[in-house]
Amino acid sequence: MSASPHAAGSTETRQVYLFATCVIDLFAPQAGVDVVEVLERLGVTVHFPAAQTCCGQPAYTTGFPEEARKVAAAQLDLFPEPWPVIVPSGSCGGMLKQHWPRLFADDPARRVQAESIAARTVEFTDYLVNTLGFRLDAPAASGAPLRVALHTSCSARREMGTLGCGRALLERLPGVERVEHGHEAECCGFGGTFSVKHPEISAAMAADKLDALTASGCESFVSADCGCLLNLNLSLEKRGAALRGQHIASLVRARMDGAAS
Amino acid sequence: MSAASLPQADARVSPEDFKQRSHESLHDAHLRQSFRGAMDFLVERRALQFPDLQAFNTLRKLGENVRQHALAQLPDLLERLEARLTELGVAVHWAETPADANRIFLDIARRHAATLMVKGKSMVSEEIGLNHEMAAHGVECIETDMGEYILQLDGDRPSHIIMPAIHKTKEDVAAIFHEHIDGAPLSDDVNELIAIGRRALREKFASAKIGVSGVNFMVAETGTLALVENEGNGRLCTSVPDVHVAITGLEKVVDRLEHVLPLYALLPKSATGQAVTTYLNLITGPRRAGEKDGPREMHLILLDNGRTQAYREARFRATLQCIRCGACMNHCPVYTRVGGLSYGTTYPGPIGAIISPHLMGLQSTRDLPTASSLCGACGDVCPVGIPIPDMLMKLREAGRHSVAESITPPAQALVGQGSVRRAGEVLAWRAWRVLYSHAALYRLFAWLAPRLRWLTPAWQGGWTASRAALKPAPRSLREQLARRRAGRTVPGR
Ligand code: SF4
Repeated sequence: MSASPHAAGSTETRQVYLFATCVIDLFAPQAGVDVVEVLERLGVTVHFPAAQTCCGQPAYTTGFPEEARKVAAAQLDLFPEPWPVIVPSGSCGGMLKQHWPRLFADDPARRVQAESIAARTVEFTDYLVNTLGFRLDAPAASGAPLRVALHTSCSARREMGTLGCGRALLERLPGVERVEHGHEAECCGFGGTFSVKHPEISAAMAADKLDALTASGCESFVSADCGCLLNLNLSLEKRGAALRGQHIASLVRARMDGAAS
Repeated sequence: MSAASLPQADARVSPEDFKQRSHESLHDAHLRQSFRGAMDFLVERRALQFPDLQAFNTLRKLGENVRQHALAQLPDLLERLEARLTELGVAVHWAETPADANRIFLDIARRHAATLMVKGKSMVSEEIGLNHEMAAHGVECIETDMGEYILQLDGDRPSHIIMPAIHKTKEDVAAIFHEHIDGAPLSDDVNELIAIGRRALREKFASAKIGVSGVNFMVAETGTLALVENEGNGRLCTSVPDVHVAITGLEKVVDRLEHVLPLYALLPKSATGQAVTTYLNLITGPRRAGEKDGPREMHLILLDNGRTQAYREARFRATLQCIRCGACMNHCPVYTRVGGLSYGTTYPGPIGAIISPHLMGLQSTRDLPTASSLCGACGDVCPVGIPIPDMLMKLREAGRHSVAESITPPAQALVGQGSVRRAGEVLAWRAWRVLYSHAALYRLFAWLAPRLRWLTPAWQGGWTASRAALKPAPRSLREQLARRRAGRTVPGR
């Protein structure tokens, strides 16, 4: 294994919870498997509380906070140990970190739980880069050179502040070259129920994003948010285009495989 | 040109048609390209004015504090403002509705037997439909801001609060001038076009009895009205005619003169990417004895039109912090694509989506708060720190819940409270809640859905119009992880 988690000399194993998100569970499980695989190869013990479902965000942002609250409440007991809660999504991570404490503002007992989880919520790339100090030191064997574009979700950028983590992570993958695309900071048009309430506007935003990604000359693109990825990949599929995006964990895993071989 | 000969902007435009209008705009390649180009330009210019994020945040906090400080004591400040203005000889009028405001304008015009008003840029005058109302009563109200003038000649409406005619090309402008201004040649030279427009307007300044203006900031302490502009027409409107009538929303007040400073430091940079504007007019009362110019009579009309509803509710009050810079629309990926006219409101874009429901009710504006992916670009750039995405979510909630159904009930029902509630949507979220809050039920669902993925409909409403169908994966993550864990215990792995 040539990946080097700079574990700072600590001998006890790192334990984390994984809050995998409802989108990954049903629609993009490979991303979740790759997250677990990468973390375990880096010596982290991953706990996946089986009763987890969803952070409540879809209802919350659509104007149904009470339904969101009930769903979020069902998650609060699942993370009792003081371990970090790894979320492979800036958007759901933002929900846990920024919105859960507010959702339970007038429910003292739950607020304490929500605040504890919020304080421990770490987005996947952030955890890799800043906690584990991940770097793949494999000179030649880490796979063929690859040009990838990075799509940072709006919540990753604004609520989790992990734009830099995604970039740093790609830098630490030898052979991977990150290419910029036009209007990179702009939303991909997903926006949860926005994409079905205003499908044409959403489609126009996605189309522009795809044009920019295509024009960047990337061979594939990555993101740490599966909501954006589903929006973009299914739009590409409808277009009949070959380009696809994948979760950044899947790329990390593939490069680790390359490095290990 | 008489009032009757001026084409009138379509008064029937309404936010109810947002979907239809945005559909048309999305298919207008020319419009989309020009909006994108213009917004990119403004975004870039603004970025150059705020190179240091930390410095911006510090200044913005100051601006936010000034506005919050003012709103926290709004009734008191307005009383002080009125008292101060009265001392200065300015007549203060309170208008609850647009109709009230128009009546006040008409009274003033009648008293002076005025048939012509010249007007500087004022979105509040758009809000009350001033031009239209005055024309209906035989008073011609001429726009003197170049962009607004172009629109008025063409019977069109503003598509941006700072750059109202941004949807017009110079060819459009040339054709409009050629058609409506006597002797105007068909020119495509921008400077010549501006000169043509200015010449036509100069004559109006000389003959108008009444000048109308908006106000950017009102100072309670001194009774000063601050007016920010680039063209100088605002200054002419407020100093050449005998009578100056200013109109603005009642939220525009600040406590002290020094509070204008941070707001002015933020406004032009955020709006047009200018460090300062050409003019910052500070108007404190009408012409005094011994002075050689300035209006002999001055009025200020303070419009409510739903603003007190936003003021009343703590969670919506921040809406009134707005200084109308337009940065939120320049950065909005939705506004950039559908353009300002699609909204069918006086204020388009993110600020329009959060303030229009208070001005017009939640029902007719129902599509505006949902027309956002909540990307947060607006909130990032708002110079007074309005949490716009939060407001959008709260408006979505208010539209879908009556007072009794709200988890945070408003003190008083908002206009149109609960009017967007649809049984189907309520039921869908209830079902979602039951499914996602019962782990055992969800586990069954997550086991079934992948196995029934072949039943996934190919048509999924708006989603599949531009995307392939969303289908569950062959096995859920939880199943894959469980299998993986079981595999672990097998020797050899
Ligand atoms: S909401 Fe903020 S960004 Fe938008 S116009 Fe008002 S002050 Fe400017």
